[in-house]
Amino acid sequence: MMKSSILLLMALLAFCLAGTAGAASPEFEAAIRGLTDPDRDVLIASVQALGELGDAAALPALQALQDDAMLISPEGRPLIVAADGAAVDALTGQPFTGDTGGLDAPSMSNQVRRVLEPVLAQLALSSPDPAVRRRSAEALLASADPDMAPAIEKALHKETDAGVIRRLSLALALINLDSADKERKISAIQALGDSGEQDQLAKLLPLAAPAPGGGFAEPDPDIRRAAVAAVGKLERKAAFVRAGRDLFYGVSLGSVMLLAALGLAITFGLMGVINMAHGEMIMLGAYSTYVVQEIFSRHLPGLADWYLPFALPLAFLVPCAVGVLLERAIIRHLYGRPLETLLATWGISLGLIQTVRLIFGAQNVEVRNPSWLSGGFEPTTGLILTYNRIAIIAFAALVVGIVWYLLQRTPLGLKVRAVTQSRSIASAMGIFTNKVDMWTFGLGSGIAGLGGLALTQVGNVNPELGQGYIVDSFMVVVLGGVGKLAGTVAGALSLGIVNKILEPFAGAVLGKIILLAVIVLFIQKRPQGIFAMKGRMVES
Amino acid sequence: MAASFFRNLPAPSRTVLGLTFVAAAVVPALNLLAPEGAVIHVPDYVIQLMGKFFCYALCALAIDLIWGFTGILSLGHGIFFAMGGYAMGMHLLRNHGISGEAGLPEFMKFMDWRELPWFWHGFESFAFTLLVIVLVPLLFALVFGFFTFRSRIRGVYFSIITQAVTFALMLLFFRNDTGFGGNNGLTGFRNLFGFPLAEPGTKMGLYLLSVAAVAGAYLLCRRITGSKLGRALTAIRDAESRLMFCGYDPLRYKLFVWALSAIMCAVAGALYVPQVGIINPSEMAPANSIEMVIWTAVGGRGTLVGPILGSFLVNWAKSWFTAAAPDLWLYVLAAIFIGTTMFLPMGIAGFGGLIARSRARWNRSAKDAAGPEDGAAALVRTAASSSDSRRGGAN
Amino acid sequence: MLNSPERRSWESRKITSAALHQSSNGIILSLNGVSVSFDGFNALTDLSLSVDENMIYCIIGPNGAGKTTMLDIITGKTKPDKGEVYFYEADITGMSETEIAQAGIGRKFQTPTVFQNLTLFENLELALHCRRTLSESLFWRLTPERKERIEEILELIGAQDMAHMQAGHLSHGRKQWLEIGMLLMQSPKLLLIDEPAAGMTPQELESSIPLLQSLKRDHTVVVIEHDMEFVRALAERVTVLHEGRVLAEGSMDFVQNNPKVVEVYLGG
Repeated sequence: MMKSSILLLMALLAFCLAGTAGAASPEFEAAIRGLTDPDRDVLIASVQALGELGDAAALPALQALQDDAMLISPEGRPLIVAADGAAVDALTGQPFTGDTGGLDAPSMSNQVRRVLEPVLAQLALSSPDPAVRRRSAEALLASADPDMAPAIEKALHKETDAGVIRRLSLALALINLDSADKERKISAIQALGDSGEQDQLAKLLPLAAPAPGGGFAEPDPDIRRAAVAAVGKLERKAAFVRAGRDLFYGVSLGSVMLLAALGLAITFGLMGVINMAHGEMIMLGAYSTYVVQEIFSRHLPGLADWYLPFALPLAFLVPCAVGVLLERAIIRHLYGRPLETLLATWGISLGLIQTVRLIFGAQNVEVRNPSWLSGGFEPTTGLILTYNRIAIIAFAALVVGIVWYLLQRTPLGLKVRAVTQSRSIASAMGIFTNKVDMWTFGLGSGIAGLGGLALTQVGNVNPELGQGYIVDSFMVVVLGGVGKLAGTVAGALSLGIVNKILEPFAGAVLGKIILLAVIVLFIQKRPQGIFAMKGRMVES
Repeated sequence: MAASFFRNLPAPSRTVLGLTFVAAAVVPALNLLAPEGAVIHVPDYVIQLMGKFFCYALCALAIDLIWGFTGILSLGHGIFFAMGGYAMGMHLLRNHGISGEAGLPEFMKFMDWRELPWFWHGFESFAFTLLVIVLVPLLFALVFGFFTFRSRIRGVYFSIITQAVTFALMLLFFRNDTGFGGNNGLTGFRNLFGFPLAEPGTKMGLYLLSVAAVAGAYLLCRRITGSKLGRALTAIRDAESRLMFCGYDPLRYKLFVWALSAIMCAVAGALYVPQVGIINPSEMAPANSIEMVIWTAVGGRGTLVGPILGSFLVNWAKSWFTAAAPDLWLYVLAAIFIGTTMFLPMGIAGFGGLIARSRARWNRSAKDAAGPEDGAAALVRTAASSSDSRRGGAN
Repeated sequence: MLNSPERRSWESRKITSAALHQSSNGIILSLNGVSVSFDGFNALTDLSLSVDENMIYCIIGPNGAGKTTMLDIITGKTKPDKGEVYFYEADITGMSETEIAQAGIGRKFQTPTVFQNLTLFENLELALHCRRTLSESLFWRLTPERKERIEEILELIGAQDMAHMQAGHLSHGRKQWLEIGMLLMQSPKLLLIDEPAAGMTPQELESSIPLLQSLKRDHTVVVIEHDMEFVRALAERVTVLHEGRVLAEGSMDFVQNNPKVVEVYLGG
């Protein structure tokens, strides 16, 4: 419904343009008027006549007929009713001022529709708007009506839009696939093979495969050969698309993991403690995002689509503040007792989860994708890169860049690196290590919160969402090595990708177990991670 | 004479002996003999609750052995608990949960399975089940321990990896096609050895068995921690590399306590399941394993009385709060986690010990004031003679 | 027990054992072309060294010369990239710390490392030379001889009165003594001592010299040291390490007059 009304609008626009050109022939006028004829045969003949005339100006009227949006005025003139109920004269475009309530509709039937559909598609193909043409081509592709072949061929000659050409040739190929002419059939098979459309595999397979009873379903060896080649082409394409998708999903998953693990890696490198409430920082970031979204949709509905940029500071600051508090109140006092820090911070995570659960409930809350992050683009047939995941990858890259800058180019970063390498020497050099700890902890927690913000765009938001991340994040740290930004990035991305590659084979759960086993074995070989720091520093 | 024997025991042993007597004799007597409605009557549900707590105490002892004494913090002991529990559950279902012609546990029939999966065979025998309860955790612990300890994964690395493993196994058991009843786990048990599980008498028997298991585990742990082996474990906790340079192979020692601890936990699981009537994958949730650790921490790690005490205390609080103020319980638990680690790192028993020791030191301090003799001079004086005597001695 | 690990090639073993046979029989430890690098930093480069029995050796060298790394390699803590280590005739390269310790090499760390939560007595008991298997430890009995031996060392380190005190409560210097005591309990043939003078009072230092000298009757002692006075008083042979190589070797006087040594180390 939505689609057809958009189509209608566009068609209307086209109609107005055509109207200003203003050269409606008498045949055209007669045919349009014929649409209101109570005799169904006349109606069908009128539709066919409009098709033969090939004038795109007839589109709005035909489309209205198709959508049951046409009425007959008391004078017997066809009226087009827009979505808002306003009616205009199909020929003159004059608004209809009377009451449309009691008006008759043209006498439609399935027979009329059958005639109407290809005519509409064919006319739409000559529309000046490529979007209209594309939709029309899509419709032709779906119906694959052999009667349409000449019209499609004709349209193909004039067509310039790549998308329309692709769809039309595919439709033509589908029609020609059943052709008796061998040449046509072979070129149709080749076209299908080139198309990259996995849907077409089912059509080609019977031509390529042996029949169940022995021998081949397709007697002609040339056709068979072409079909085998086309099937191979499609399958290679499928593998390529799958690899691309795994890579894309893997990198985007890895980006979320990276945001989750980055803070953990820095604080673990700095203080040697694991904050079990780190996952809850992610959760807090996600809920901060949710809160901002709710505020916007309640109080600033005009800006509701742009809540994300405004959520950014809150998603950073809330976990950051909690992190600083946590470090000051608890972790600082457990310095040098990493195992007890695990237990104490686990207690914190219990408290945080319960608090969020009591405030927001245990159920998932809905965080919507803003419209500018919905959809995606398709670099090649079948591989859709969604905007939300692209945004997450870019966002993670940006955060890593900022963190890199902070660590490498700022005084705080210098201190962090110094304390990471040797706490006692850094302390002797006059660095207030406990302040460095505090700010780094805040930073790490804030980054985790940003991870939570990113997560809202691809995953569920509930009080327990952070629980799974502590293990994943730690695996990233183990893989990447402690205290190396590049290692963390490499660790997160490779974990994400391997995860996505394993999933289809082993399932998500078994994939996780395999991954875990691999990591345990990996530590046997390289206890210090991918980017190892060797030598004396490691031991201390 | 008995009284003098009792008096001569070290304080912790006295406590445990006393507690065991109360648990094994007084409590059952009050349940069976005291008239219902009397103040001293112990109702059946308390017996059941305490039976559960004794299973928990066994887990806490297991954690104590590996964490308190050896310094290796496992956040995945729920795995072993579940192993014992599932083995026992399978035995119960194989023997007494069968109904209908297929001879399959209900959940398999529900899933339209035609025959028993291979790993369900043998559980009709109790001896086989016992063997599984011991051997499966043993094997798992040895393999996992070998790979982790050998590569010197220690500290938080080890802890997090154990948590990851229990998390992964929980997800695995949640699946319906794994063959362990998926989400719902195993339930619907009826009899053990032909005794109906619903009978108070059976419950009392299981309760006494749990008490016996804890007492036995306590004695075993005492034997181990009191030997040189126990001191080697403490040495691993304090300075593992020093112990290596003393010529010990810490890997074997760690594997030994790790496996023993795993088996203790598995036995606890096996005793637990018939008492509560269900085992499901949530026993492997990371939260469960880490709760076991807090029982030990609250009571006092590195002592043997502490964990038993701690598991009773925390779980009693849990059953009280989850009934009276369920929303509050997690806050209380969080406070226990934070409070124990920050203010009572050695737990209740450790705190008591500290007081006792500081009192002793107070008494001794007068003697120490004179100061030790100059060590260096003594060292020189006797160096040569010591070298001589050694040759004939320990070599 | 002292068999060489398989990963070592047959050929290199043949060459080195030939080299070993040429030298005198009194060699307790020899390093043969040992190299190790960390992240491209060459900690040791083609280091060869041999130590005669019942002598006191001192290894000196500036920071980063590879002294501690050398000890790590001898005791099995670090595996060399190249080269091998012989203890008497046995190739101990690639053996674990435990095996090497059992073979009779004892090591004292730079910072005193004792078992903090055990008593002094228990510390020494653990270090006592005996079989250290699991069952042996579980069924361990404190026989009168063993007890006597422990008490003897307790007396040696001047801690008879503190036998049942927790080692963690000891002062820094006391811990040093305890660790040396533990080392002696192990009855090693070869003692490796990392910077014993560090953190000692001048008085303690002075009394350490006769102690270490008295040890050489039954042990071979390799000392890593910074303190030149200490080394001069102690060492029979001095090896100077510099940037992972042997710079000079010989008596203290010889080494001290070596112009290269003067330049890199003593010259300042």
